[in-house]
Amino acid sequence: MSIMKDSREATMVGRRSDGTLIRRPLSPHLQVYDMLQMTSALSISHRITGVIWVAGVLVMTWWLVAAAAGPSAFGAVQWFLGSFLGILLLMGVTAAAWFHTLAGIRHLAWDAGWGFDIPTTYKTGRAVLIGTAVLTALTWLALLISW
Amino acid sequence: MSHTTSGQPARQAALQSPLGRVRGAGSAKSGSHHWWMQRVTSIALLPLTIWFIVSLATGAGMTHGEVLMWIGNPFNAVLLLALIALTFHHTASGLQVVIEDYVNQEWLKIGAILVVKGVCWLLGLAAALAVLRIAV
Repeated sequence: MSIMKDSREATMVGRRSDGTLIRRPLSPHLQVYDMLQMTSALSISHRITGVIWVAGVLVMTWWLVAAAAGPSAFGAVQWFLGSFLGILLLMGVTAAAWFHTLAGIRHLAWDAGWGFDIPTTYKTGRAVLIGTAVLTALTWLALLISW
Repeated sequence: MSHTTSGQPARQAALQSPLGRVRGAGSAKSGSHHWWMQRVTSIALLPLTIWFIVSLATGAGMTHGEVLMWIGNPFNAVLLLALIALTFHHTASGLQVVIEDYVNQEWLKIGAILVVKGVCWLLGLAAALAVLRIAV
């Protein structure tokens, strides 16, 4: 087994109490978690919103390149962003971006060693959810006023 | 694979699993740098992203000419270039971790990471070139 073909192999090799090698099953299984509890739900949401934000990065790139390319290319991107699908996409990306930003700050606090106890984790988790709703609403309020 | 009959590895002073020691693969020495850069870019992106979102939200009605004026402003152009570089760095390394966690076939994993890095480089260069064409 010089070259590992599948990274899961690392979790499939264990030892019996007498020291002999044994293939043991992958653990822990996702099914043992209650995915609706705040901690794990926000954890996977942080990852998902990070991936959703890629759509916003693609739109930003299209917007910048179109602005440099000329009026007709810029008109196309403005038309898309003003369409039903474009507004739906922008709203989704705005909410995902604010969630990922606020949850990211929570992660940075954890990395600094703050807020790891369960009561604080739930408090900051609720703050992230409420903050996401408030900041998404404020962003679109500002957008609609200036439009 | 050799192993002792007692079940305990002969030496376990280093923070390395018995499996890793037997395979002799060791650390590639880049894991903590990747982790640290993910944090550094996220801290830098906090003010940059909020500035960009607020600028776009409050300037939603801008015409093409006004957008060119806004991007062409040296202050905005510099911040945009920083935003582009850090965004694509953070995106590529974040997607890399997602791929490493969920793609288990080695060739597919490395291939997918290389595609993500290649696309991020190209899109980042295109976005930066667009800003430079307008600003310079």
